Amino acid sequence: MPSGEICVLVGPSGCGKTTAMRMVNRMIDITEGDILLDGRSVKEFRPPELRRQIGYAIQQIGLFPHLTVAGNIATVPRLLGWSKNRIRARVDELLELVSLDPADTRDRFPAQLSGGQRQRVGVARALAVDPPLMLMDEPFGAIDPINRERLQNEFLRLQREIRKTIVFVTHDIDEAIKMGDRIAVMQRGGKLAQYASPAELLMQPANRFVEDFVGSDRALKRLALQRVRDVDLWEAPLVRVGDSVAEARARAADSEVPYPLLVDGEGRPQGWLSDRALSGERIDPEFTSRAEPIIELDDVLRDALADMLQEEVQYGPVVDERGRVCGVLSIEILGHALKTDPEQVPHGADAIEVAE
Amino acid sequence: MSATYAVLGQFGDAVRFIFEGETTREGADVGGSQFLDLTWEHLKLTFAAMGIACAIAVPVGLWLGHIRRGNFAAISLSNVGRAVPSLALIAFFVAYLGTGFTNVTLALVLLAIPPILTNTYVAVSQVERDTVDAARGMGMTAAQIVRRVELPLALPLIFGGIKTSTVNVIATATIAPLAGINTLGDPIINVSGYGDTGRLAAAMVVAALAVFTELALGAVQRAVTPAGLKLESDTASRRMRFRPGREATT
Amino acid sequence: MILELAQVQIQDRSAGDAGCVADNGFCPSWIADNFGRYTDPLLQHVYLTVVSLAIGFAISFGLALVAHRQRWLVAPITQITGILYTLPSLAVFFLLLPITGRGNETAIIALVSYSLLIIFRNIMTGLDNVPAESKDAGLGMGLTDRQLLWRVEIPLALPEILAGLRIAATTTVGLATLAFFAGAGGLGEQIFADINFKSNVVTAGGLAVLLAAALDALILLVQRAITPWTRARVA
Repeated sequence: MPSGEICVLVGPSGCGKTTAMRMVNRMIDITEGDILLDGRSVKEFRPPELRRQIGYAIQQIGLFPHLTVAGNIATVPRLLGWSKNRIRARVDELLELVSLDPADTRDRFPAQLSGGQRQRVGVARALAVDPPLMLMDEPFGAIDPINRERLQNEFLRLQREIRKTIVFVTHDIDEAIKMGDRIAVMQRGGKLAQYASPAELLMQPANRFVEDFVGSDRALKRLALQRVRDVDLWEAPLVRVGDSVAEARARAADSEVPYPLLVDGEGRPQGWLSDRALSGERIDPEFTSRAEPIIELDDVLRDALADMLQEEVQYGPVVDERGRVCGVLSIEILGHALKTDPEQVPHGADAIEVAE
Repeated sequence: MSATYAVLGQFGDAVRFIFEGETTREGADVGGSQFLDLTWEHLKLTFAAMGIACAIAVPVGLWLGHIRRGNFAAISLSNVGRAVPSLALIAFFVAYLGTGFTNVTLALVLLAIPPILTNTYVAVSQVERDTVDAARGMGMTAAQIVRRVELPLALPLIFGGIKTSTVNVIATATIAPLAGINTLGDPIINVSGYGDTGRLAAAMVVAALAVFTELALGAVQRAVTPAGLKLESDTASRRMRFRPGREATT
Repeated sequence: MILELAQVQIQDRSAGDAGCVADNGFCPSWIADNFGRYTDPLLQHVYLTVVSLAIGFAISFGLALVAHRQRWLVAPITQITGILYTLPSLAVFFLLLPITGRGNETAIIALVSYSLLIIFRNIMTGLDNVPAESKDAGLGMGLTDRQLLWRVEIPLALPEILAGLRIAATTTVGLATLAFFAGAGGLGEQIFADINFKSNVVTAGGLAVLLAAALDALILLVQRAITPWTRARVA
């Protein structure tokens, strides 16, 4: 497994993907073969020592109910004897990293957090001592589908920053394609069916099982290989309350998008302006139609398409991390993307091998 | 070594006392068959108190549990009942109502009610709502639901309460002689008539009676557990037993 | 040889409202005047209760820690402590008499053996109810078994453990009223000394109930203080 990449173990339930992951930190004993970390066998370490070097995030999250958020995150640093100041600083740093307000969250108990917040604390806890390797077992499994998408995007954004080596287990092939740099498809009985990049998996499935597992909508699934940030977006004709109708019409005429997009003072989308809104001298904000779906740069094209179809629109505003409009995605752009080849995934230096 | 023999000897004497009896200096026959009289008094008291207590506590518990009200009262009753020392209760009754079988029985009834009431309440109120809803949906009246659905499912815990209560009453009936009823506590409280051996003998009989009752009622408890419940009994009964502040005794 | 049952003296009632006292009535003035004679028994009672609870807790805790690792021990321990629990304390006092003689020790041994089942069962249930995912996460993060036990499992089991301690405390106070039969003093001795006098019975009995309530409240306060997370509500 190359370092700095996310390797996804995916397969139907009972195929042994969780077992495989748990063998890496020896929560399950290895009976045959070996697992090497940077060339060293995991069997060389005492299990607790080994595990303190590996981040561990599980589906049910497993926060300690009796510790505050800060206490939870500080667990391994305390074990390693960090100073109080260092721990405090690190806790705040990590909370910011997972988009939680430290002052607000630090002293809460898990019972006081929502599912999404707990999940983020779980990730922060796993990252506490900055381990080179992380194991994640269906970490977004316990979250509702709407928030799951958001958390996945955030996590990918995070990973771009911190570049950890991650073993990620999931049963959902779509999540695997979205999250993984490399994917290991496993069959019942712990057999490895294919280990390849997402693109290869979609275009050259190794056998019947992989083909079935990936699903027959492979062409559409290819849309999952590209993210909104990867395609050329149309420029958005932005108008603010107070702009004249004439300005609004002018901007729309300039752009490929036929309707002006109303934004607030900070550039966040409020709605599309229909003809009725443009009938007077000034823009009448009453007659805007919904801005939804609001698409993020990290969304995969497939999800964006699904959202747009759901809302029955042809255009969707695209926002950056701070919610400001940076472009417009249209069905036309997506259709174009379907025809082009998906990008390849680069290789990194070998850090983890699974030896037979 | 000889100390051990001395101890064993005393127990041996006590056993003999139970079965053969002695004649005291005053010429009274004690032990042996006379113990049977004492035991019978003891049991009479126990049955009377338990009978009345069950007649009161079980219906009230069933009803409260069915309508799922009175949770706080039921639990507090148990807590308060535990805090009142049995000696104080008996002494209180003796001081205010005087001696006699009825008065002592009354005191024992008060002692016996809390575990039965609490257990019955907890058992019935913890029958899964889905089960009760299904029964109501099938057209059962409230009385039918209680009789056919809630009661069978609650029986094990109810019997647990009855078992605990009975053992408590047997233990407390030992001090009934203070109120003038000569149970097996007589040799213990009025030791002069019986001697040390008699006292030890009485203690042994009381202990044996308690253990026997516990085992016998435990067997009854197991016998009334519906087969389906037995399979899931461990987790369920543990959950029912030990929620903090909401415990029933088994 | 007939031993005395207890050093019981029918106490001289002395002082107070003569008419009320002579009637064996409930006389608040008499109680106020003679309250001093209840302090010693009360203190003895507190001593017996607290010592028995401390020893009972220590033994139960030790047994629970062992049984937590060696599960096969749970059933036998439960059965043995169960029998000790069933034996009426009064009987136990006298069964112990030939072996340990009269005095505090006998009473304490009996009171301890009664409380073992309650505390042991509650500790075991508390430990068993620790969420499995917390344990998995703890081990996965690199806690050793011992660290997991002391930093995660026991803190999370505390509510159950302290609930058991509360039950044991209230019942022990009640049983300790019989302790004078074993020659250990306490409020029971005071009740027995003048069992027909309402003022006496109500005062001594009332003090016992108050003591039980006080211990119960005290343990509850301690629990509230050291388990803040149990009161945390979703914001």
